[in-house]
Amino acid sequence: MNRIDDGRPGRREAALVLLDALESGTRARAAAGTPTPTCVGITGAPGSGKSTLLDALVRALRRSGETVGIVAVDPSSRRSGGALLGDRARVRSGAHDPGVFLRSMAARDHLGGLADATWASVAVLAAVFDRVFVETVGVGQSETEIADLADTLLFVAQPGAGDVLQFMKAGVLEHPDVFAVNKADLGPAAERTASELATGLALSSRGRSTWTPPVLLVSAQDGRGIDALLDVLSAHREHLHVSGEATERRARGREALVSNALERRYGSYGVERLGGRPAVCARVREAPEVSGFALVLALGREIEAALGRAASAADDAARP
Amino acid sequence: MRSARRDRPWVFRTYSGHTSARASNELYRKNLARGQTGLSVAFDLPTQTGYDADHVLARGEVGKVGVPIGHLEDMQTLFAEIPLDRMNTSMTINATAAWLLSLYIAAAERQGVDPRQLSGTTQNDIIKEYLSRGTYAFPPEPSMRLISDMIAYTVDAIPKWNPINICSYHLQEAGATPEQEIAFAMANAIAVLDAVRARPDLPAGSLPRVVGRISFFLNAGIRFLEEACKCRAMAELWDEITRERYGVEDASLRRFRYGVQVNSLGLTEAQPENNVIRIVLEALGVTLSRNARCRALQLPAWNEALGLPRPWDQQWSLRIQQILAYETDLLEYEDIFDGSPVIARKVRAMKAAAREELDHVLAMGGAVAAVENAYMKRRLVESHTARLRAIEKRELSVVGVNCYEEHEPSPLVGGAQAILTVDESAEREQIERLAAFRRQRNAADVDAALTALRDAVRNGQNVMPPSIRAAHAGVTTGEWADVFRTLYGDYRAPTGVSVSTVADSDEQLEAVRSQVHALGERLGRPPKLLVGKPGLDGHSNGAEQIAVRARDVGMEVVYDGIRLTPEEIVQSARDEGVHVIGLSILSGSHGVLVLDVLEGLRRAGLSLPVVVGGIIPDEDAETLRKAGVQRVYTPKDWDLNRILGEITQLIAEAAAPA
Repeated sequence: MNRIDDGRPGRREAALVLLDALESGTRARAAAGTPTPTCVGITGAPGSGKSTLLDALVRALRRSGETVGIVAVDPSSRRSGGALLGDRARVRSGAHDPGVFLRSMAARDHLGGLADATWASVAVLAAVFDRVFVETVGVGQSETEIADLADTLLFVAQPGAGDVLQFMKAGVLEHPDVFAVNKADLGPAAERTASELATGLALSSRGRSTWTPPVLLVSAQDGRGIDALLDVLSAHREHLHVSGEATERRARGREALVSNALERRYGSYGVERLGGRPAVCARVREAPEVSGFALVLALGREIEAALGRAASAADDAARP
Repeated sequence: MRSARRDRPWVFRTYSGHTSARASNELYRKNLARGQTGLSVAFDLPTQTGYDADHVLARGEVGKVGVPIGHLEDMQTLFAEIPLDRMNTSMTINATAAWLLSLYIAAAERQGVDPRQLSGTTQNDIIKEYLSRGTYAFPPEPSMRLISDMIAYTVDAIPKWNPINICSYHLQEAGATPEQEIAFAMANAIAVLDAVRARPDLPAGSLPRVVGRISFFLNAGIRFLEEACKCRAMAELWDEITRERYGVEDASLRRFRYGVQVNSLGLTEAQPENNVIRIVLEALGVTLSRNARCRALQLPAWNEALGLPRPWDQQWSLRIQQILAYETDLLEYEDIFDGSPVIARKVRAMKAAAREELDHVLAMGGAVAAVENAYMKRRLVESHTARLRAIEKRELSVVGVNCYEEHEPSPLVGGAQAILTVDESAEREQIERLAAFRRQRNAADVDAALTALRDAVRNGQNVMPPSIRAAHAGVTTGEWADVFRTLYGDYRAPTGVSVSTVADSDEQLEAVRSQVHALGERLGRPPKLLVGKPGLDGHSNGAEQIAVRARDVGMEVVYDGIRLTPEEIVQSARDEGVHVIGLSILSGSHGVLVLDVLEGLRRAGLSLPVVVGGIIPDEDAETLRKAGVQRVYTPKDWDLNRILGEITQLIAEAAAPA
């Protein structure tokens, strides 16, 4: 994990090669009919109890013998570049259990989105664990990016979090595939929030998918609704395969991975050298057999070459 | 105006207890013989958090910061030859207060004392445990229920008992401003009284008496005039709240009754003899106003920042109280501040600011909600950060620390006997006594008592009667707490650090920040620091301040809160891929726990620099360094930027050349 989280020149390329190999392995497993892990993204406002809910899910999964890898993303401070990560300890089920792995990560300097290392970590964990979860605070751009990264996006709401209008304004109704209202032990307040979410969902447009996002009442504290939530996550996974949306989603995820990584590394000026984001996405679609990480490496070299040419042309022009 | 009758002196106490029930009993009897007028029991961390001495989390902590009480026999030993019907006992116990009070009642019954005659206080304030002190055990709701059970039980069964001491003490230690201290304490009291008022089993008309039994536990800092005003402001606010919100007509039941332990936060490790002067001035702050004078006073020892105080150090603090009460003319006058426009203005301003903050907390659902959403914790971390910044920038003077640092060597410090050390055999002997106790008790009685307790908890009956029966039956502290842990689960409070704001920059901070960024370039990612608090010690302020500042200089910081085992810290260091580990321990258990972490790292094949911060005597620091710890920080290291600069340097040295 430390090796893929290394931005030094040379080390970064080495990491991409490693990741490409890993992903090829995962694809080969899929081709051979071995079920590949789905990545579930978990978002929700701070204090909604994402970590404790995740803890409850992990415990239930461990009881049925499944191994779990978790990446927990926290925002970086814009001013210092530093970050406070945690609370790992809220996911207590992992202690002393080699079947659970958790790594917390900072979003780094990226506008509220995910760090490159997050995508990379998911690829690594997917090669090793039966289930992969990515937990984010779910504000700003990470909301969109987590939707691209995850196969299933779970939104955790807390009772009294707001009315329909606020949910719609916050844009939280657009991407998630499953909604869980936590702290159901609080009773009527939780039920009210659940019904408001359902109303909001009925009013909002959600693309072409035939999946209707369910709204569940759960309680990380007394365990209510946890099994039902796991069933719904499995049902969504099933839906992705049957409807063919899985392929579509993974393709979209790959496009996002490649164009985001190139943009972070070379800026939009760099991406323009290849004809801009749409052109990059088209290149990704044209090469379905190549892993996203290999494409980042290859297209990155093309950009570097183009930038090199531009730089030497500028040097030439500057010469007397 | 008639001349005032001399006021009765407050109760003199010293917070004490260590090693074993027998050793503590000897200490108590000696202190009483020297003129102490009440007892203040310090329990060790396993007792406070509900673990038996042989539990894995108790390792290194037994008998360290207080006395270990595992069962009725320990409690009887602790009060041997001390007649409980004539003693006023204060117990600093919270999460497990219902249990320790049950043991106390059972011990009294074995002495032949009617519980109705017992007087004293159980601290029993869980809110501040989540905010500051860290010895909580269960989630907020069941904890509040335990408190309300105790209040409902004692109001008739032990009418002279103060079942809860609402603590603003620890809020000040966590950095609260006086206004926050007032507001959060009042919010806390309201949460407790609202819970009791809502009980269906509360006898009609008993609410005013319940209100009359609520007492407070305050802090007193070095700004002693402001502190005097704070006490007056709280007395007035309490009078208003109890009348308006709870309709208490009898003025004597609305009286603001409080005890005090003066400030430890401001005691310095540098030139520690100066602390005696600080303690005297702080004691004045809470005794000057006759109308708002404390009912009981505990003074810390002058050398508390160096380690556990010796009996002589505690005696010195007791003498301060005796001189103040018996030699000076303090108790001879009526209220000397009455009629002062300056004091009145200050009190008005504090009340207004506190009211505003109180209303804000009530609007978000009260104290319990403001714990769960981390609002109060965040405010405290912010205030504490601001205070430390002010010391660093020398806007706040601390003599001997950030000014007048040059000094003569003190003849009072140093040497082998300068602080009290707890014999390492204390833990083993306590475990042996526990095992012997378990062997001789009647297993069937114990099972029946635990079943009865479990049923009472499930059925919503008052837990006090079955807990007292369990005490007589021979149930242990760990077994009692396990009943609640099994039903309600472990609880971890929000750390409050992740939402705190970034500190203002200055040159020093910028310098460390660029050092960190340069190191990040070399490492390929920002340096990652694991801040760990092993053991049961819940004093997390220091760890939180380091975590926040490390973030502010550009590090990625993993901080998982309190109460981790050394194994969990090692696992976290490995999985998270950190570059350095900082451990914080204030309970004196650093010997065992730090060595366990180092050993775990070795076994996991991790070679990471480890630094340790806490109340660590010089000799122990030397032992830790020999064992492989790179740096040891103590309270005299107040410059956070310097600490983080050194940590950055350590990572740079440990990292293989790029």
